[in-house]
Amino acid sequence: MTYAKPAFRHPDSKTNEVGCTRRDYEGGLSTLCAGCGHDSISAAIIDACFELSIEPHRVAKLSGIGCSSKTPAYFLSGSHSFNSVHGRMPSVATGANVANRDLIYIGVSGDGDTASIGMGQFAHVMRRNLNMTYIVENNGCYGLTKGQDSATMDTDSVSKKGDINPYMPIDLVRLGIEVGATFVGRSFSGDKAQLVPLIKAALSHRGFALLDVISPCVTFNNHQGSTKSYANFREHNEAMPVDFVPRREAITTSYDAGMVQEVCLHDGSVLRLQKVNNEYNIEDAQSALDAIAHHTKQDRILTGLLYINRDSEELHDVLQTASKPLNTLTQRDLCPGSRFLDSINAGLR
Amino acid sequence: MNNVKPTDLRDPEYFHKVVDCQYACPAHTPVPEYIRLIAQQRYDDAYMVNWESNVFPGILGRTCDRPCEPACRRGRVEEEPVAICRLKRVAADNKGSITDRLPRIPRQKNGKRIALIGGGPASLTVARDLAPLGYQLDLYDSQPAGGGFMRSQIPSFRLPPEVLDEEVDYVLNMGIESHFDTYVESLKSIIDKGYDAIFVGTGAPRGSDLDLPGRQECEKQIHVGIEWLGSVAFEHIQKVGKRVLVLGGGNTAMDCCRTARRLGGEDVKVVVRSEFARMKASPWEIEDAQEEDIPILNNHVPKEFVHEDGKLTGMRFDQVDVVYDASGKRNLVPTGEEIFFAADEVLIAIGQDNAFPWIERDLGIEFGKWEMPQVDKRTFQSSNAKVFFGGDAAFGPENIITAVAHGHQAAVSIDLFLSGKPTHQRPAPGVNLISQKMGVHEWSYDNLVTVDLREKVPHVDKVTALKDRKVEVELGFDINAAYREAERCLNCDVQTVFDGAKCIECDGCTDICPTDCINFIDNADETALRRTLRAPANDATQDLYVSEALVQTQRIMVKDENVCLHCGLCAERCPTGAWDMQRFLYSVTKAG
Repeated sequence: MTYAKPAFRHPDSKTNEVGCTRRDYEGGLSTLCAGCGHDSISAAIIDACFELSIEPHRVAKLSGIGCSSKTPAYFLSGSHSFNSVHGRMPSVATGANVANRDLIYIGVSGDGDTASIGMGQFAHVMRRNLNMTYIVENNGCYGLTKGQDSATMDTDSVSKKGDINPYMPIDLVRLGIEVGATFVGRSFSGDKAQLVPLIKAALSHRGFALLDVISPCVTFNNHQGSTKSYANFREHNEAMPVDFVPRREAITTSYDAGMVQEVCLHDGSVLRLQKVNNEYNIEDAQSALDAIAHHTKQDRILTGLLYINRDSEELHDVLQTASKPLNTLTQRDLCPGSRFLDSINAGLR
Repeated sequence: MNNVKPTDLRDPEYFHKVVDCQYACPAHTPVPEYIRLIAQQRYDDAYMVNWESNVFPGILGRTCDRPCEPACRRGRVEEEPVAICRLKRVAADNKGSITDRLPRIPRQKNGKRIALIGGGPASLTVARDLAPLGYQLDLYDSQPAGGGFMRSQIPSFRLPPEVLDEEVDYVLNMGIESHFDTYVESLKSIIDKGYDAIFVGTGAPRGSDLDLPGRQECEKQIHVGIEWLGSVAFEHIQKVGKRVLVLGGGNTAMDCCRTARRLGGEDVKVVVRSEFARMKASPWEIEDAQEEDIPILNNHVPKEFVHEDGKLTGMRFDQVDVVYDASGKRNLVPTGEEIFFAADEVLIAIGQDNAFPWIERDLGIEFGKWEMPQVDKRTFQSSNAKVFFGGDAAFGPENIITAVAHGHQAAVSIDLFLSGKPTHQRPAPGVNLISQKMGVHEWSYDNLVTVDLREKVPHVDKVTALKDRKVEVELGFDINAAYREAERCLNCDVQTVFDGAKCIECDGCTDICPTDCINFIDNADETALRRTLRAPANDATQDLYVSEALVQTQRIMVKDENVCLHCGLCAERCPTGAWDMQRFLYSVTKAG
């Protein structure tokens, strides 16, 4: 039995600005089921980090528990990583981010880890607008415990066993917009043309970026009757193409005028979005909620960048924290001497 | 815009081409198949796979020109190809007796008589293929033993006579009537003997001479290389002068200089007209010569043989610069400097030609340019339907493995011809494609690809080697080195076979592929596709494997075969079995 990935790479494989090939962003060999959408999302994260020329050691990846939360082991092996308690990734991410604001935070979670056990933490991390990218690998079931319906399973979707789900699903993107996420997107593991630029945009966004990525469970939720199978999701996907243009590059793509919205991010890169209609303003929360609801009613699932708020204050702004990571503060920064103590004391007299 | 068409897997040549080594081999020996057998220490089986295909595994394992190795995929992902040639020798060195596996020769002949002229690899291959079918075969050769140029031109320190004898005898013992020491002076005399077919495998026996001032005067000290090597092989010559110049940059020159070192040559030089990079000799043979303290002097154009009192004293050369003009044409421009090398003997190894003084021109065999017979490139039949050509005699000097390939095809033609069938309707190759899946993560071949560098073949020490021209220089791989080398083979014959109907487009294969071969992409014309793949497919000689439009997205699967490692991870990662690893066995159909 041999199951290992050869070290050889394509002799013509490109290197990015920091001298890495795409394979330098890989992690261990996945032990998820063959064909799992999660592996595609890992590959999309690898592509995004490679294309953004992010140095792996500048990334911290965090996760909770579940199939999804195993995946940080399968990408960016040169990054910082923390596999936390079930549903508690947001608080660990908050702690890490407060201590070191210079790292790029990627949280990976699943529908159980986010919408069930982790719902409380999930809502609050969005409300606080922590500067991170939070990816939900959403397959609508608990694959690690034999495929029970999860909280995001659509009403009337049929489980592999044959049961029809009677409950309302939690729509994570609508929740995110409601409670304060400042970048909200939805995508599909089988559509890297959309997913990779979305991840790149999320990583470039300053504030909390939520990506709800539908990721079919090949083992328990890819049958006929399931709404989250590869075939069914493709059939109902209303995809809005996204084009991420880094700061240094000229815009070359052309979409139909009127349907296109360009969004300039904080780092100078530009997002070009092709919207489903002209009225939709992705910088307006109500407009986004209306568009999502409208499509849901028509049995369509709107994917792409759904909402963005570029003028928000992230957690560090609100808390007025130190401008540098705590581990770079010197004794002089932390203990500025008796002159400062005197001035503080004087201020209290 | 012309969209690419789906790959037609019913064409056996598609997967054949993916097995680069086998495809590059003139005889299409199934290389990965026998390398796996060597790794399993099944040397007899490995030998027979070779013997079926190339007739002379032990000989070729030492002397082949190895067209397979530059083609080897390993060389495209790592620095060095698999040492295919020397692995073949491992099979020959370690086999037991295989005589019980040789084809049975019918006692009752079929009544058809065939003459083979020349006892080299081409004729012997024809004999090997036709004798089991009941043909009666008469072989004529001017030398005292079979093997042709394999015997007269390849020195014993590269090819021991025992190895040669063994493999030549496997064929001759099939009841071939051999007439050695018989120079055929007239083809007509053979035709008149009433043969049903005649095969001409007489090689390219005429060594080129160098007509320079002094050539006539020093006749005794100047030799044509291939004739000199023949005289050494048959022990008519046993020593050479202390100072020897060898002219020429091909493999014959390398054999001449190394032989001279063993016959008493102390100061042996190879002098070549052109630059080092353009030398025709195989790199490994140049290397072996250099290791025996033989300098190779390039950019020297011979000018005259210098002699005193009718005795050669040396040679004068013009030193030249190699200049390429705008059209890329090479010119040797004299620098004005003249160089003199003292020498007791000179060996001229500057090429060899065909010569058919013994074929009468009124036998219905048409001759074309350069007095070469007109031979059909597929059937090897001449314009006299009864006369077939093969090996160097057909299209000029090549090598042993090409002669073998010709022999197989000529045998097919002769058999068709004598069965009253048209020789242009060639039998299709034998093809077998079978899944290698054994279980979860379990394949019948060793699919783990690791970065292991090419093994070096050990040599006998130089002092011993130079004492005796019969001591074989290369010792061959021992069993452990052979195993390590065999494991470097990527098993390119285990094909990635894609069934689009089963694909759910999960991207699992694209994501796992270590060399970015697999793409799911919108169809386009081939040039555009090659540019837009995950890794650009710049080598147009390597095919793209293209599927039908897929059900869910109408995209196509495009796989660039170029640097596929055949590691099987795409099939491992496929949830539906749309990818499978299937062993592809391709065998050129033999006569009968």
